[in-house]
Amino acid sequence: MSRSASRTPRTLGAFKRSGRIVIVGASLAGLRAAEALRAEGFTGHLTMIGDEPDEPYDRPPLSKQVLAGWVPASHTKLPRLRAIDAEWRLGVAAVGLDRAAKVVRLANGEEVGFDRLLIATGVRSRQWPNPAEAALDGVYTLRTSADAARLQKALAAGPKRVLIIGAGFIGSEVASVCRDLGLDVTVAERAASPLAGALGGVIGAIAAEIQREHGVDLRTGVGVSALEGDSGGHVRRARLSDGTTLEVDVVLASLGSIRNTEWLEGARLATGFWGVGCDAGCRAFDINGVVTDNIFVAGDIARSPHVLFEYQFMSMEHWDNAVLGAEIAAHNMVSDETQRRPHLLLPGFWSGQFGINIKSVGVPSFGDEILLTQGSYESRRFAAAYGRRGRIVGAVTFDYGKWLQFYGAQIAQSGPFPPLAAGFDRPSDARPVSADFPARGVPTGVPDVVLTGHDPNERSAEFRPPSR
Amino acid sequence: MRIVVDLNRCLGYAQCVPLAPEVLRLKGDEALQYDPNPDDVHRLHVLRAAASCPVQAILVDQLDATEGKP
Repeated sequence: MSRSASRTPRTLGAFKRSGRIVIVGASLAGLRAAEALRAEGFTGHLTMIGDEPDEPYDRPPLSKQVLAGWVPASHTKLPRLRAIDAEWRLGVAAVGLDRAAKVVRLANGEEVGFDRLLIATGVRSRQWPNPAEAALDGVYTLRTSADAARLQKALAAGPKRVLIIGAGFIGSEVASVCRDLGLDVTVAERAASPLAGALGGVIGAIAAEIQREHGVDLRTGVGVSALEGDSGGHVRRARLSDGTTLEVDVVLASLGSIRNTEWLEGARLATGFWGVGCDAGCRAFDINGVVTDNIFVAGDIARSPHVLFEYQFMSMEHWDNAVLGAEIAAHNMVSDETQRRPHLLLPGFWSGQFGINIKSVGVPSFGDEILLTQGSYESRRFAAAYGRRGRIVGAVTFDYGKWLQFYGAQIAQSGPFPPLAAGFDRPSDARPVSADFPARGVPTGVPDVVLTGHDPNERSAEFRPPSR
Repeated sequence: MRIVVDLNRCLGYAQCVPLAPEVLRLKGDEALQYDPNPDDVHRLHVLRAAASCPVQAILVDQLDATEGKP
C-alpha cells in the first residue's frame, strides 16, 4: 500500500486535511472511531484493517438471540452512523508495527503507512488449553460471528447434553439459551459460584440458585480435567476434577479472553497480559511508560488509569468502553494538546440470562463490601451497592435497571458507602457484608518486562519472552 | 436495515416493543432482545419504535445499503 516515506504533515490543519490514519481492528471500537474521525473533520486517508472477513458487527446478540435461533449469525452488522470513506482491508491480520518507519505490516506481506495509528485489535476467546481436545468436533468457543454460527447449528441439532466450562457471563448466557431450547446442560465452574469474578460470591450465590431453578446442572468448585472423543473425532465424554464423568456431545469452553497484542511484539509499546497501556487520553505508552505522540488505543485492548478508581490502570471489555473510548481517541487524534479530552467512562454492562436483566455500573470488583439496597434476593428483583473504604464504587441490579442511574450518580461523585438510601422498596434489615470476591489470580508466572542498564541515562525496559 | 440498541442506556420501559414487535421483544420483565438487521419492510415500525424510546437508546443506520461498504 501507501508505503511512502515519512511525509507527516507539519501542522494539525494539514494533517486533518491530508494526513494518513490507520485503524487496526474493524469491530465496534474501530468503526465508531472511524465515524468520529470524519465527524471531527478529518478528510485525509483512512484505512481500516481487520482480521475477520466480515464488516463490523455487534457481538452481544451472538450469545443470546443468535444462539437461540431467532437471528442469523450474519445479521448483527452494526448500523453506520455516517459515511467513513475508508479503504477497507478485511480478512487480513496486522502482524507487525514498525514505529520508526510508521508502517503496519500485514499478514500478506503488504505494508500500510500512517501518520497516526489507532490500535483497536481487541481480544479473542481463550481456547481449551489441550490442543488435541480443543480440536475435537463438538468443542467450541464463542467470540466471533463464525463461532456463533457453528455453535447455533450444533445446539439446533439437539445434542443430548451440552457442557459449558466456565460460568462467567458468556457461559451463563449460553446455559440460559440451552435451557430455553430444552437442552440438558451442565455448567462446570472452578470458583464457588457463577459470575463471581465480576460480581462477587454474594451475587454469585443468587446466580447459582437461578441457574438451578432453571434446570441447569451447575457444578461449582470443579474443573474439567479431560475431554475424550470417539473414533470419529467427536467429543463424547468429559472427565471432571472430582472424578465424575459426563456423557456430552457439545462443549463450550468459555474461559475468558486473551488480548490481541502479539502483532505489537517488538514495537516497544507497553503491551502485556492486560492489553496496551495508555494515558486517559488514549495515547499509548511505550515500554518505558513514556507517552507516544501518534499511537492511540481504544476498546477491549486499551488499559488506562481511571481517576475514580484510585488511578488504577483498568481494561474493560464493555460495549460502551469501546464506543466512548473510540470517540475520545478519535477526537484526540485530530486535536492539539489543549483540546484533548479524557476517557473517563463510568463503566457499565448488562447481561440477559434466565429471563433476568442483570446490569451493573461502576466497578463492583473494586469494592470489598456489598449491601442490598432495594428489593430482595428472594424475589430476584433487587439493587445492591458495592463499597470500598466507605465509598460507593459499584452497583448491580437484577430486573431493577431503572434505579441504576441513582447509584451511578453517587459512584461518579465518589459518594459514601453505605450509599444515600433510595426512597422506594428498601429492605428493613440489610447490612453491608463481605462481597466475597475471589482472590486475585496471578496472570503470568514470570515477568514479561525487566529493567536494563545501571547508569540512570541507560536505564530502560525490555520485554523478555516468557520462559513457558 | 440495521439497528443497535444501547442496552446500557435502555431502562426497559419497553415502549418500543408494541410498535415493532417483529423486531424488538422483551425477554422476561426487563431484558430487551432485538433483530439487529431486520428486513426493510419493518423500517417504518422501527423508526417509530426508536422515536418512542424515552432514553433514545435505539440507533438506526443513517446510510442506505449501497453506501455502507464494504
